[in-house]
Amino acid sequence: MTTEIIPTLAAFITKNILKQPNRVLGAEEKLISTGLIDSFSLVDLGMFVEETFGVRIDDTELNAETFDTLAQLTALIESRR
Amino acid sequence: MSLSHLLRQQAQAHSQKPAIILQRAGQEDLPLTYQQLLEGSARYSYAYAQAGIAPGEVVILILQHGEDLVYAFWGAILSGQVPSIMPFLTEKLAPERYRADLAALAKVTQPAAIVTYPEFEGEIRAALTAGSSVREVILTSQVPAQAQIPAAGAQNPESICLLQHSSGTTGLQKGVALSHQAVLSQLNAYGEAIGLKEQDVLVSWLPLYHDMGLIAGFLMPILSGITLVLLSPFDWVRAPYRLFQAVSQYGGTLSWLPNFAYNFCAQKVRERDLAGVDLSSWRLITNCSEPVKAESHAAFYERFAPYGLRQTALACSYAMAENVFGVTQTPLQSLPVTDEIDREAYITARQAQPPREGHPTTRMMSSGRALPNVRLRIVDENGTDLPDRTIGEIALQSDCVLTGYYNRPDATAAALREGWYFTGDYGYTLNGEVFVAGRKKDMLIIGGKNVYPQDLEALAYEVPGIHAGRAVAFGIEDPDSGTEAAVMVAEVNTEDAEERQRIADALRRHITQNSAVALRHVHLVDAKWIVKTSSGKTARSANREKFLREIG
Repeated sequence: MTTEIIPTLAAFITKNILKQPNRVLGAEEKLISTGLIDSFSLVDLGMFVEETFGVRIDDTELNAETFDTLAQLTALIESRR
Repeated sequence: MSLSHLLRQQAQAHSQKPAIILQRAGQEDLPLTYQQLLEGSARYSYAYAQAGIAPGEVVILILQHGEDLVYAFWGAILSGQVPSIMPFLTEKLAPERYRADLAALAKVTQPAAIVTYPEFEGEIRAALTAGSSVREVILTSQVPAQAQIPAAGAQNPESICLLQHSSGTTGLQKGVALSHQAVLSQLNAYGEAIGLKEQDVLVSWLPLYHDMGLIAGFLMPILSGITLVLLSPFDWVRAPYRLFQAVSQYGGTLSWLPNFAYNFCAQKVRERDLAGVDLSSWRLITNCSEPVKAESHAAFYERFAPYGLRQTALACSYAMAENVFGVTQTPLQSLPVTDEIDREAYITARQAQPPREGHPTTRMMSSGRALPNVRLRIVDENGTDLPDRTIGEIALQSDCVLTGYYNRPDATAAALREGWYFTGDYGYTLNGEVFVAGRKKDMLIIGGKNVYPQDLEALAYEVPGIHAGRAVAFGIEDPDSGTEAAVMVAEVNTEDAEERQRIADALRRHITQNSAVALRHVHLVDAKWIVKTSSGKTARSANREKFLREIG
C-alpha cells in the first residue's frame, strides 16, 4: 500500500501546493519543519488525505510533531485505514 | 484619561462579565471575567515593578496565544510600561534569524525588559549583545500567583502607551509609537463608525502583533467593556471553520479579516464542520489590511449565506498602524460601493475613468468613507490636491496619528510633513468614497502581513549562487487566493538546469525559514535581466512588469 500512497501524496504536494510539478519529493524529506509546506496549505493537505484515502486527520495533528515527512504521513494514513 | 484608567473603569463596571473567552485547539474554552483580567494583569504589573521596570519603559512580549500574553500586555498597560508584542518563534523559522530579528528590534527600540517562558530564556539571552538595553528577562514562572492591583498613577495623555511593529528587519526597526490620547481618539471615532455597543461580541483569530489584531481585535473590545472571543491564528489557519463555530456558539457580532481570509474560508471549510452553525448574529465583518476585492466578498457570501450570513454584514476599512487603526469604514447597513473603471486608463494614466464600450475594465471596491475624526487628501508628487477619479498618494490628518517612529526621527520626518501623514498608498476618491489603488512605497502585503522587499532581497543574497544587487522581490496579484503572491527574480551565472533547480530550491527554503512569507514564484534569469534606474537602483515596478510579460 505504501508504494501507492507516497507517489499520490507527492504528486498532490508538488502540483497543488508547491506549484512545481516537476519537483522530486523524497519520502524522508522534511516538509513542515522546513517550511516547504507553509501553514496556509496544511488544511489543503488534510482535505486531500481525507478525500483520497478516507482517513481523517484532525486539525490539531497538522504539525511537524505528528508528521513531517511523506513516510510519516503515510504511516499515519495506514494506521487509520 | 489613560488606557490604564479606562481598563480599571471597565473592570469595575463589568466585573463579572466575560472580557475574553480564550479558545485553544484541543482544550476547553477559558472564559476570563473583567475582574479576572484585572487580577491577572496586576500579577504582571507587580513583576515589572519588582524587576525595576519604570512606567514609560519598553517591555517586549515574546509569548504564545494564551493567558500569559493577555496578562503581560494588560499588566504593562495597567502600570504604564510600554508593551510591544513580538511574534513567537514558529517551527519553520530559523533560530539564528529569530535572534537577528530580535537584535534588530532591541537595537532601535531599546527595551528595558523582555517577557518570555523559562524554556525560551536561553534563546532570548543568546540574542542579547553586550551593552544591550535589556536589564531583565522576566520569565512567566517568576510572576507571582497573586498581587495587589497597583494604584492608578497619573499618566500624561501625550505619553507613549504602546508600540507596533511590522515584520522583518526593516519593519522591526520602525516601531509605530502611539500616545494614550491617540488610541482613545481612535477608539471613539472607530466605535462611532461601527455603532459599537456593550452587547456586541467580537470574535477574532488575528495575531496580536498586527494592528488589526491588536487594536480592533484586542484593545477596542476590552477598553469598550465588550466580550472578546479570542482564537489563535495557528489554530485558525489549520481549521478555518473554528471562526464560524465560535461566532455561532457565542453569538458573535463583529469580526475583522484580511482579504485573503474570505477566499481561504470560502474554499477550505468543509460542509460537516458547519453543521448547526448559525451566523445570523454576525452584524459586521470588516475587510481590512490588504487590497479589498469584491470577488472575495462574493465568494464568502455565497458560501456562508445558507448559514444565516447577512450580506449587509460585509464591510471594508482602510487602516494603518500609523493612524492607530481605522482611517475609513463602510457606512453601517450599506454594501461597499463598487466602481467599474477602464483598465487601460487605470494602468497607463493613473485615472479611474468610467468604462468605454468594448474595452476591458477593472472592478474596484471602496474601503468606505473617512472616520469622523479623519481628513483625507489625494495629492500628486508636488503635494497638489487631485480631483475625484484621479489616482494620487493618500495623505491624512487626524487626532490619532502616530507620535512618531520610535527613536527614528529620520523616518518620522519623511512621513509626517506639515501636519499631514503621507501614507505611501495610492488611491482615488469618488463622492466621498475612498478607493485604494496600489502603493507608492515598496512593500508587499501578503495575507495581511506587510513585508519589505529589501529584506527578502537581502536574504536572497545569502544563498550561494546569488550575488548582491542581482535579485529583486515584488508582489503580484493572485486572484485565487485573494492576496499578493511573492515573486523573486534572481540573476544566476550558471546555465545548467540542475544547478538552477538547486539554487531555486535553496532560495525558497531560505526565504521561508527566515521571513514571514513563502515565495510563490522563483524566476531565475541570465545576467543583466534586472532593470535598474539610471542611479543603479533596482526599479521594482519595472521588474514586475517585465516578469509579468515574460510569464505571459
